[in-house]
Amino acid sequence: MNRSRFDFVVGLFVAIGLLAMVFMALKVGNLASFDSGSGYVLEARFDNIGGLKVRAPVKSAGVVVGRVDSVGLDKETFEAIVRLRITSDYRFSKDTIASILTSGLLGEQYVGLESGGDPVYLAQGDRVGKTQSAMILEKLISQFLFSKAAETPAKAP
Amino acid sequence: MIASIEALGHFITSRVERLGLAARFSGAILLVLWVSIRRTSLIIRELYFSGVRSLSIIAVSGLFVGMVLAVQGYEVLQRYGSAESLGVIVALSLVRELGPVVTALLFAGRASSAVTAEIALMRATEQLAAMDMMAVDPLSRVGAPRFLAAILSMPLLAAIFTSAGICGAWIIGVKLIGIDDGAFWSQMQANVDVRIDVLNGLLKSIVFGTAVGLISVFEGYFAVPTTEGIASATTRTVVISSLSVLLLDLVLTVMMFRGLS
Amino acid sequence: MASHEPSAMITMKGVRFSYADRQILNGIDLTVAKGEIVAVMGGSGGGKTTLLGLIAGRLKPQSGSVIVDGLDVPHLKKAELYGLRRRIGMLFQFGALFTDLNVFDNVAFPYREQTDLPEAMIRTLVLMKLEAVGLRGAQALMPAELSGGMARRVALARAVALDPSVMLYDEPFTGLDPISVGIIGRLIKRLNRALGMTSIIVTHDLNETLRLADRVIVLSGGQVHRDMVPEDIRATDDPFIRQFADGLPDGPVPFHYPVMDYVTELMGP
Repeated sequence: MNRSRFDFVVGLFVAIGLLAMVFMALKVGNLASFDSGSGYVLEARFDNIGGLKVRAPVKSAGVVVGRVDSVGLDKETFEAIVRLRITSDYRFSKDTIASILTSGLLGEQYVGLESGGDPVYLAQGDRVGKTQSAMILEKLISQFLFSKAAETPAKAP
Repeated sequence: MIASIEALGHFITSRVERLGLAARFSGAILLVLWVSIRRTSLIIRELYFSGVRSLSIIAVSGLFVGMVLAVQGYEVLQRYGSAESLGVIVALSLVRELGPVVTALLFAGRASSAVTAEIALMRATEQLAAMDMMAVDPLSRVGAPRFLAAILSMPLLAAIFTSAGICGAWIIGVKLIGIDDGAFWSQMQANVDVRIDVLNGLLKSIVFGTAVGLISVFEGYFAVPTTEGIASATTRTVVISSLSVLLLDLVLTVMMFRGLS
Repeated sequence: MASHEPSAMITMKGVRFSYADRQILNGIDLTVAKGEIVAVMGGSGGGKTTLLGLIAGRLKPQSGSVIVDGLDVPHLKKAELYGLRRRIGMLFQFGALFTDLNVFDNVAFPYREQTDLPEAMIRTLVLMKLEAVGLRGAQALMPAELSGGMARRVALARAVALDPSVMLYDEPFTGLDPISVGIIGRLIKRLNRALGMTSIIVTHDLNETLRLADRVIVLSGGQVHRDMVPEDIRATDDPFIRQFADGLPDGPVPFHYPVMDYVTELMGP
């Protein structure tokens, strides 16, 4: 086999390999819409974030608009600080409400953003004022049991 | 009793000695790397023998592994009613683990053993000595291009393995089982992170390529120049490469993915 | 640097060399003049090949000096050593041709690696060298397709490609038929005269050696046992040389590997 044929076949191999990498970047992972590092960051404080994880999606009206960038704890107020990286195409008003929701009954948790009517938009580093914490299943159940318990004696006599 | 302790001691010291030799050898090969990197025609030749010749086995294995993952994954996922997550499961296991690891294991068996046998035979037939006598450093003329070719082919082959695997899973999951095509891809895209999953996977395969390349050249270089010597060097390349890949995979996985989810 | 006669190409003084605990060379003193053909003879494992390794700088002596072309070989840096090796050619025992290259590319190898000559010029030079060994017609063959004698001739063409001033031959006649032995012997002599090389031939082949060499050195016990001109070898009554020349099974070189008494071993302890 002569040299130029080596070059050709190896070139073809490298091209196929690079194509596979592009496939992995664009079709398997989603480089096109979520390039971590781009977009802007908002901060939201919650009393309880439940099982929210870094990289969980941020959705508005069901559409993914960003990802959870980091999760931390305020050492003084003991509130969870969640940083949200939002794609720069989307803007949200000052009075947006952030809540931690669950997809399906036992699905993954995500942050839902509900935009309000304020004409001023949130910018890089701003804090989302209104938040709603995660629903904790155990709390829900105990609330339900307590309310049942409270109801029962009223009926008894 | 004393004899067996002596034997154990001898075994350990000889292993440590060989490790030291390997470390010195790695240093020597790194020193000549910058000379060899400019000899592109030599590297292209080795890319052909290591990379191109491994292409078919890698692609076919990837396809089959992806198909098996789809069958097994679907069987488990449909119990929990989340068959649409099949794409995610298959893609994450391939991109993070199976792609780099299985590719490296196949590469060790297919290409590295051949490199070891080739270099060992060149040594046994005094071809390396002849080169050395012609003032051509065998390490930079023979060793380094094969080492570089392993580093370069591994991520390309791993990417091909992974892509073939995902296509295999798609054929089984979407075409045969009938999972929704859109859900298959969109769930995958939503959960596979390019930086954390794809890039770390490729990084793994570069590390594996370095290890496997180094081991194959080293074992060939220091093979006993006899029939049994060459045979055992070839076997050692496959065994040590495979174990190193699995051990490195554990270390890298802990470093890369600990603290995530 | 040790003293060095101006006409000497290779000077060895008090050279000792051992592998682990096996002493191979035990104080070698040897001088080879420019243009000389020196044959080195001796029993198997007697350190003849080691001697070539020391001259080429592939091995380092434990003590003593090796001077080649005015350079102190054991103390050269790698780049300097490679500089010297461009002026040393070596023919290996079985040729050591590169099995993945054909005859032409094997001979072209030193030019391609060591020079920046254009490919057309390299082609001319390679064909000249192949013509000199009579194998221009075999240029497209692979080493596996060559006979032992042809492979040796191609290796010779490759070894002299860069017109070295010193040629080292490691058992050039081993395993060849008498015709090939004659061809190689004549080539060695002709190349030596034509290119003004200094040659050292390590060999067992006494007849060919006597026809070829200017001087014969016999190694024994890791030292230069005898240093004589070929004519004297036939006449000498030195028992070691006689055993070697006449092919006697027993003599100063014992037939038996060192072992306990035969009868004692058979009868049991």
